[in-house]
Amino acid sequence: MAMISVDYTSYTQEMLDAATTALPISLVHGSYIVAGLLFILALSGLSRFETSRRGNILGMIGMGIALVFIILGTVLGISDTVEVFDINAGAFTTITAFVEPPAASWAIFIIAGAMIIGAIIGIIRALRVEMTGMPELIALFHSFVGIAAVFVGWVSYLAATADGHYDPLHSGELFVGIFIGGVTFTGSIVAFLKLSARVPSAPLMLPGRNIMNLTALAAFLVLTVIFVLNPEGVPGFVLISAVTLLSLLLGIHLVASIGGGDMPVVVSMLNSYSGWAAAAVGFTLDNDLLIITGALVGSSGAYLSYIMCKAMNRNFISVIAGGFGSDGEITGEVKDYGEYREVQAPEAAEMLKNASSVIITPGYGMAVAQAQAAVADLTARLRAQGVNVRFGIHPVAGRLPGHMNVLLAEAKVPYDIVLEMDEINDDFSSTDVVLVIGANDTVNPAALDDPHSLIAGMPVLEVWHAAQVIVFKRSMATGYAGVQNPLFFKENSAMLFGDCKERVNDIIKEL
Amino acid sequence: MIIGIPLESDPRETRVAATPKSVDQLAKLGYEVLVEAKAGAKAAFPDAEFEQAGARIVGSQEVWGADIVCKINEPLDSEIAAMKKGAYLIGLIGAPRNPELLEKLAKAHIKVLAMDSVPRISRAQSLDVISSMANIGGYRAVIEAANIFGSFFTGQVTAAGKVPPAKVFVSGAGVAGLAAIGTANSLGAIVRATDIRAEVAEEVKSMGAEFVAVEAESQTSEDGYAKEATEDYAAAAARMYAEQAKEMDIIITTALIPGRPAPRLLTAEMVASMKPGSVIVDMAAGTGGNVEGSRPDEVVTTANGVKIIGYTDLPCRLPTQASQLYSQNVVNLMKLLTPEKDGALVLDIDDPVQRGMLVAMDGEVMWPPPVVAVSAAPKQEEAPVAAQPMPEKKPRDKRITYAVLAFCALAFLALFTISPSGLIGHFMVLMLSIVIGFYVIGNVSHKLHTPLMSVTNAISGIILVGCLLGLVLVDQNTALFAGTNLAILMLSVCGILLASINVFGGFTVTQRMLKMFRKG
Repeated sequence: MAMISVDYTSYTQEMLDAATTALPISLVHGSYIVAGLLFILALSGLSRFETSRRGNILGMIGMGIALVFIILGTVLGISDTVEVFDINAGAFTTITAFVEPPAASWAIFIIAGAMIIGAIIGIIRALRVEMTGMPELIALFHSFVGIAAVFVGWVSYLAATADGHYDPLHSGELFVGIFIGGVTFTGSIVAFLKLSARVPSAPLMLPGRNIMNLTALAAFLVLTVIFVLNPEGVPGFVLISAVTLLSLLLGIHLVASIGGGDMPVVVSMLNSYSGWAAAAVGFTLDNDLLIITGALVGSSGAYLSYIMCKAMNRNFISVIAGGFGSDGEITGEVKDYGEYREVQAPEAAEMLKNASSVIITPGYGMAVAQAQAAVADLTARLRAQGVNVRFGIHPVAGRLPGHMNVLLAEAKVPYDIVLEMDEINDDFSSTDVVLVIGANDTVNPAALDDPHSLIAGMPVLEVWHAAQVIVFKRSMATGYAGVQNPLFFKENSAMLFGDCKERVNDIIKEL
Repeated sequence: MIIGIPLESDPRETRVAATPKSVDQLAKLGYEVLVEAKAGAKAAFPDAEFEQAGARIVGSQEVWGADIVCKINEPLDSEIAAMKKGAYLIGLIGAPRNPELLEKLAKAHIKVLAMDSVPRISRAQSLDVISSMANIGGYRAVIEAANIFGSFFTGQVTAAGKVPPAKVFVSGAGVAGLAAIGTANSLGAIVRATDIRAEVAEEVKSMGAEFVAVEAESQTSEDGYAKEATEDYAAAAARMYAEQAKEMDIIITTALIPGRPAPRLLTAEMVASMKPGSVIVDMAAGTGGNVEGSRPDEVVTTANGVKIIGYTDLPCRLPTQASQLYSQNVVNLMKLLTPEKDGALVLDIDDPVQRGMLVAMDGEVMWPPPVVAVSAAPKQEEAPVAAQPMPEKKPRDKRITYAVLAFCALAFLALFTISPSGLIGHFMVLMLSIVIGFYVIGNVSHKLHTPLMSVTNAISGIILVGCLLGLVLVDQNTALFAGTNLAILMLSVCGILLASINVFGGFTVTQRMLKMFRKG
């Protein structure tokens, strides 16, 4: 029961009758609570492998419940019991009335059509995607949420212009939703293009880029205030168009100025933005489920960004501001690191044969060369010979948080031999051979030894404590951070040059 | 080449220089291994197991005729005579205190690699027999003490009353000392330890003991071993020991200075001040003793009932474990000496590790080797380096933090007073969801971060709800496919389609990924 001011006279008898077949609002809101709880359970289920699949299924159930009730509500209308003053009887009376009228009868077909097409595209993409392409897919998904938020903002605006009723609070919320959505959309699209190598992943370095970003933010605030005060007519339309354009440009610039190696941070940051966009839409539409979901996703992305930044010993702001490691100004003086040693596949195979414990530390290079299946094959063979093989994964290895784990899982490497940096770092000293496959900065001893290094203080996999390190690499070029790696010149490390997939296959042949 | 593993001639020796596992590893390096009959019997490695591992069981003469002889103790004269000219001998030689033996070995033209002369550099740690034997000795010292100590180590509350835990004092936090600390701690005793090197306090604490510092200038070590202390220090140390002796139930002393008599840590007076029934284990009894009144290989009971254990064969009292570690050290040495893994020993005199171990060759005594200055305590240099990059992480003044928090709270309150009531309800939901989100996500395993992102992708597809609204907002009284109506309709339909891709694609790809994760 709610006491809302309903203009009783505006309800025809026909409408009141129809309202009895509408969905009670309590049911719709109840479904929000159930769905919100199931989403929380879904995320908490992902904390362990044992519960992760159950978590995903709980998420699906929550989504299913929410969508069924919301679609029913859209089609049938949503009703509430309202207490109104009946002038004829001279007393208060309770009636069931629409709080949201039903959509037109054809709406169900539109909804079904759009959802089925979306589902087919989504499921096909999901089933076909290569695990190396996960970062791109996830970036693309972020962009959809962003653009949908922009669409919802515009729909609310257009509906308001149609009936001429502007609520100042909603006007503000609407602008926030469009702005975050727009930044998420173009930011994710640029991230997608960079990740799929359709545009170069080098950071775009415009002069005064920080000033530009701040100016865009300030402009957004000014435009929002003007719109709240004067939303009507052509000026209103110009303002909302300007904010949309501004957010799209800001999204492009933000991500364009961040380099490829910082992608784990960028992708999780965009994940966060997509959540905040959904939450902002929830404010616009007075919808708590959107707020809950948006906040969950937003804080999840923010937390992941935080973990990634910590793993790189970087300040979050400086990553977002962009341009790390590409100024061409390497601070440490040029040093003579000495000679590096080269090794061939047969010798490497011999070392592995005689080893009793081996740790493999993969990096983005493994994904680029699509070498995960070959690496898994090598692992299986060595394990069959009684060698203790394990993997050490640096938190920022790859282009997505947890990317290496997914690639190795796809190649059927059991997850209990895939360990995190903190779990395995103490074990390198008792390891015979370490294979560094396509990793560079994450195994750089300079991060610990050289306080002037660009990556100083970044926690790294301390592979050099092992008896022998074999580094799979294309050439002696530096890694993403542009920092030379003294590991290559240590007396217990040897370089195995070439495409790492081919080299791993060569070793398998020798075994 | 052929490696011979003789039966140890000293009747008190229980260890053997190879185990079936190490034989297998030596064979992988290309060597043929001969093991003297019954060589491993005392360490519970029967001949049959050696044979299974690929060794040949032979008599004494054949073993000593091998190209390389690996054993534990110093060889007898007769054994030296049985060796081939130019053969290698690997074992504990005791070079600093056995100049005559070195002379004899050199004269016999035997190349001798002393396992107890491994230089203390990190690369050579895997060969370091002194460390591996000290580890065993430290463990066994505690076990021996517990064996003759009349009470529990661990404290208990029983029906008959409360039992206090034993108090154990470990002097010297080298490998043996740390092993003793760990063992005593895991038996439940209260453990305190001291060392002349103040920098080991952290290691002591990590093993579960309290570090007792000597109130005087401490010294740092250049070669990783402790050195003799200054007079000033000695006086301060004596005061500390006198104090501790009165209180402790068990004292284990591990102080050794290579090539010199062991330092005297506990005087007869201090021992006399201990409680009756207390136990002292003097691990340095063989080289003069840390404790006044200790005798090598004996248990001495003092007038006031304190027992002083002076066993010098602590590692031999754990023969299986000791043989395993010793043989592993030998295998690691052979790996170093066999770079081609072809069963041919190649000696590289320029390698400081090999040079350090080489005590006799080609008729000449090679001991002592040229000095290699390395610090076994490199942590010291690293520490200031690690501290440098983050000077801004100093703890902030707490009052500032509180002031900022209070200001934020007031700002929020001010904001709420001017915002409509509907907004506050939503804000509550938002804030609580953010807090829940941080707690839930904080527990997610790193390995599942990619599936986490795709699930959040899927659930943020709930923005579909917002797009459905457009269908309600379409004005049914005006033309459907014109003007504002058309725009709303198009935007909504596109939104629904894209959000559905997220919902269905996100959940599907997550399920696909989670199915791939499997346990080994």
